[in-house]
Amino acid sequence: MKTITINEKKYTFDNEKNLLEVIRKANIELPTFCYHSELSTYGACRLCMVNVQGRGILPACSTPAEEGMVVVTNNEEIREMRKMIVELLLANHNKDCTSCHKSESCQLQTLARRLGIHKVRFQNVRKPEPVDFSTPSIVRDATKCVLCGDCVRFCEEIQTVGAIDFAHRGSNSAVCPSFGKNLESSECVYCGQCARVCPTGALTPKSDVSPVWNALSNKNKTVVVAIAPAVRAAIGEAFGDTKETGTSAAGKMVTALRTMGFKKVFDISFAADMTIVEESKEFADRFSAGEKLPQFTSCCPAWVKFVEQYYPDMIENLSSCRSPQGMFGSIAKKILPEMYGIKKEDLVVVSVMPCTAKKFEIKRPELSTDGIQDTDFVLTTQELARMIEESGLTFSTLERSAFDMPLGFKTGGGVIFGNSGGVTEAVLRNVLAKADSNEVDEFSFVRGEDGIRETSVKVNGKDLKVAVVHGLGNARKVIRDIRATKKYDLIEVMACPGGCIGGAGQPVYKDLDVRKKRTKCLYENDKVLELHKPQDNPYVQKLYKDFLKEPGSHEAHECLHAKHTSRKRLAENPFTIHKGIDEKHLKINVCFGTSCMLRGSQKLLKQILELVDKKGIKDTVEVQASFCFEKCSKGPVVRIGSKVITKCTVELAEKAIDEEIKTIA
Amino acid sequence: MENYGKFDKVCQILEENGRDKTKLIPILQAVQDVYRYLPEEILAFIASSLNISPARVYGVATFFSHFTLKPKGKHIIKVCDGTACHVKKSSLLIDALKTKLNLKGTEITTKDMLFTVEAVSCLGACGLAPVMLVDNDVYGQVTPEKLSKIIDDIIKKEEAL
Repeated sequence: MKTITINEKKYTFDNEKNLLEVIRKANIELPTFCYHSELSTYGACRLCMVNVQGRGILPACSTPAEEGMVVVTNNEEIREMRKMIVELLLANHNKDCTSCHKSESCQLQTLARRLGIHKVRFQNVRKPEPVDFSTPSIVRDATKCVLCGDCVRFCEEIQTVGAIDFAHRGSNSAVCPSFGKNLESSECVYCGQCARVCPTGALTPKSDVSPVWNALSNKNKTVVVAIAPAVRAAIGEAFGDTKETGTSAAGKMVTALRTMGFKKVFDISFAADMTIVEESKEFADRFSAGEKLPQFTSCCPAWVKFVEQYYPDMIENLSSCRSPQGMFGSIAKKILPEMYGIKKEDLVVVSVMPCTAKKFEIKRPELSTDGIQDTDFVLTTQELARMIEESGLTFSTLERSAFDMPLGFKTGGGVIFGNSGGVTEAVLRNVLAKADSNEVDEFSFVRGEDGIRETSVKVNGKDLKVAVVHGLGNARKVIRDIRATKKYDLIEVMACPGGCIGGAGQPVYKDLDVRKKRTKCLYENDKVLELHKPQDNPYVQKLYKDFLKEPGSHEAHECLHAKHTSRKRLAENPFTIHKGIDEKHLKINVCFGTSCMLRGSQKLLKQILELVDKKGIKDTVEVQASFCFEKCSKGPVVRIGSKVITKCTVELAEKAIDEEIKTIA
Repeated sequence: MENYGKFDKVCQILEENGRDKTKLIPILQAVQDVYRYLPEEILAFIASSLNISPARVYGVATFFSHFTLKPKGKHIIKVCDGTACHVKKSSLLIDALKTKLNLKGTEITTKDMLFTVEAVSCLGACGLAPVMLVDNDVYGQVTPEKLSKIIDDIIKKEEAL
């Protein structure tokens, strides 16, 4: 224990990361834009300046706390300094505060108020910039950016995606995707954590509140809604009520949604039960056959996109099961129109999610049937809270109502889905729990907070090795280990810290204890439910009996599974090496992705060019270098006309050129 | 197949630097020497070869004024606008140059891709102010008349090619 004097009072401290942590532990609030305990210390915003006796004014975030330090956190000089910093930030800020999505939760707004800044003496010299609406999940408005870099560090350090970074310099500095393009053309996986850590309205989840209100007021439409498990753990926070428990919050949401005009209110946890039944069947088959292991979970859309773009060779390891949202939409559009006697196109399915990537997921082509999206709109927890406010309802005084049947009944297995480790625990309950017992406590060993948790259980004498991962950077580490030598059988990955309860669609939090509370809330919800094993859900059983036959059947595959395909990481064009002058071309495309390059694509390109020269077909070919065909293990890869040749040699290329050139002539 | 030669050179540059992400800046410098600018596709290629995000490469390429993402002219004219040259009215030189080359507003490269005009902070030859650098040749105590002749000479040479 060491001692420190802060504002003339003595405090003790231990191994806190820095002076800022020590000061905050003493319940003294220091303002910050760029400090997040989960991220590296950046020291850019200079708001946490404090006076350390004998050393002058220092940023508390990047100063280690030392024994005997005498610190003053607030005096005339420091206050003036903070005021000036915020005033300068405000000078160049787009001050559309009243109509900003972050209004009332914006840190810049809060600080300006707290510091008493009522007038900005400087002119705005920032050039106007269009708002980036390109993605279905996140909206980027550079005119509201304060350059704290929280988003950049989250994307790079925790998710290892790096879709956005600082560009340009001085007064032109900006945070943007590569080449100043829009987010959609970047590698962004839409986890939205950048928007969660953004202190202002520069990055916000995209709102679908208006189209949902439109659907609700359209008399020809029947609008149904389903609530994801993690939403009930956090919705209370949006109304300043952190004590609200899962069941009670869910009951209030049901009442609110019915009041708004939703015809039926269902529970995504029901679909989560179904996901577990399907995914466990798939896993049991793979495990006994020893095929496509480890099996990765596929319920997190950000993680799925991550695998598709960075690890195309591991796509087959992903479970082919749709996410609970995907399954819910598919089942709802299949059975509800008949049940209500309406046309399929008049049914509108809305889901309430803790997640921004789910908005992207519903637009995946495989989650549409005959050109109609299975799920029409996704609302985040934040958006639902706003709709409740718009409706003039007071959350705290709402009565509780029950979910509608049949898609509103769930077991505890479906509810804990929202926690990191929940899917794994539910799968174990499904695969290992005794059929005649409702006792499931023995599977709680997968719970915890660490980013990578490993464990193993004996199944019929065989070791079943499990890993539970959250954060995509951690997933990368696990994949690196697998590529080395490590063996796993089942790996659960959630992109957001803590799993879905930490999703970017949830009310914004900065204190990491909030995550713990939400996790606890879902586990407690599980306890009070009647059933705990997904396979015991009677409505799931009935659905199989009536429509899907049995887990893993052809019918189940049609409705509940989907194909994942590799996708280009970037929208960058291939690089043209040579273009013939003739109108019609044979396209020859040589992959220059890293692994192909190491397998000799450079030499191959040279040989192909010589070949083209020798054959005298220079005028009728176009030769390009592309940056990845995503068949990395079989490089070098060359595409000639319609043919993709793996492990290509100059001989194979010549044969293909001879064949394909005929189709041009 | 001029494109091929350049692309092959980029591969070679990456090879020589051992695909080391800490050598991003020397790699970009060498690549810019090949293309006279940094094409987007090549930057994306460099990013994937070095296993860093394209956004990071773009950040580095836009941070240093030495790098350019727009194609530059064959001849690069750097007019010094450092303190000494500024006092000696270098801004008049820049205006004269822009008029002469018909460059409007923020344009810096002529349409025929022959010239690019840049104002730089200091060329380190303050005694010769105002100073101008055409490719690798230094011109001191430049006047608008002198400047006009230098340009005309280059154009004549180019026409003779």
